[in-house]
Amino acid sequence: MITTKLEDAANWGRKFSLFSYPFVTACCGMEFMSVAAPKYDIARFGAEFPRFSPRQSDLLMIVGTITEKQGPALKRVYDQMTEPKWVLAFGVCASTGGFYQNYHAMPGADQVIPVDVYVPGCPPRPEQVLDALILLQQRIQRGDGHSQLRLKREKIVMKQREAEE
Amino acid sequence: MAQSVLDALKAKFGDAIERTESSHGDETAVVKAAKLVEIATFLRDDPKLAFDAPVFCTAIDLVHWQPVGPVLPGARPAYDGVSPRFEVCYQLRSTTFKRRIRLKIFVTEAKPTVASLTPLWPGFNWQERETFDMYGIRFEGHPDLRRIYLYEEFIGYPLRKDYPKEKRQPLVRRTDLVGDH
Repeated sequence: MITTKLEDAANWGRKFSLFSYPFVTACCGMEFMSVAAPKYDIARFGAEFPRFSPRQSDLLMIVGTITEKQGPALKRVYDQMTEPKWVLAFGVCASTGGFYQNYHAMPGADQVIPVDVYVPGCPPRPEQVLDALILLQQRIQRGDGHSQLRLKREKIVMKQREAEE
Repeated sequence: MAQSVLDALKAKFGDAIERTESSHGDETAVVKAAKLVEIATFLRDDPKLAFDAPVFCTAIDLVHWQPVGPVLPGARPAYDGVSPRFEVCYQLRSTTFKRRIRLKIFVTEAKPTVASLTPLWPGFNWQERETFDMYGIRFEGHPDLRRIYLYEEFIGYPLRKDYPKEKRQPLVRRTDLVGDH
């Protein structure tokens, strides 16, 4: 009971202090700048601080097309981030591959890493990104982001192992 | 515009210039592969030509190419499996005389080999690597002929018309989806 409440409090803190890592690969980057700039101002939701090292961030924003050649780099960036971590696919290319259906484009970043929120649009309106951020905050509070669920599963498995021993 | 360049080439090299075309202010010379380096050196070093700038190098895959409209005498026939399949293009520009010329070399599918022009114009280095990456044209004498955009594990040449247009060759995929959810 006490751990659940503690987790709730921690999640409340996490959802309002997301440190984002913008993995910007394409034209959606312009719209990301618009979201980050004062007019739409993602800072109002506590996610204003882009970190340029994945080791200091817990929100990976995949902004733009991911090519097959970039796959290993994207996976490595995700693996380096601190737990718990969340992923936002910004635009159709990051979500599904968009209008690319050929030899070089990956059909969505979720082929390589788990994605929590998908934002459609080519590029998405800044309002859509803010809406996605609010959805992600709700998800963080509920504790059912991909990495949060995985951490919970790992804890259960560890307890089972301890009990067996 | 550069008709005088074509005339100079024909006067100097004769049979090595297989065909010339002039269209919309662009002059093209189809040259024999064996004479390419000699012709290119002449274009660069002759003071009356002075083609000092490499503009681009690319290739054209003719495997599905069909003539459009009435077939004129001397026009190129459709690809029949025996005739040269690829057309390698070099575009040069003279910044002194403000004119440009295009060299074309036909190569076969069995032996897609052309002499590299990188020793003459270092600017063709990455252009030739891209042409090799996308079409599989081998440039003999290139200092570093590796893939430039794609990864070493990639099999085939994606801009050839017979590459399946939706075929992907993934380097990495998720492993956490199997038996974990």
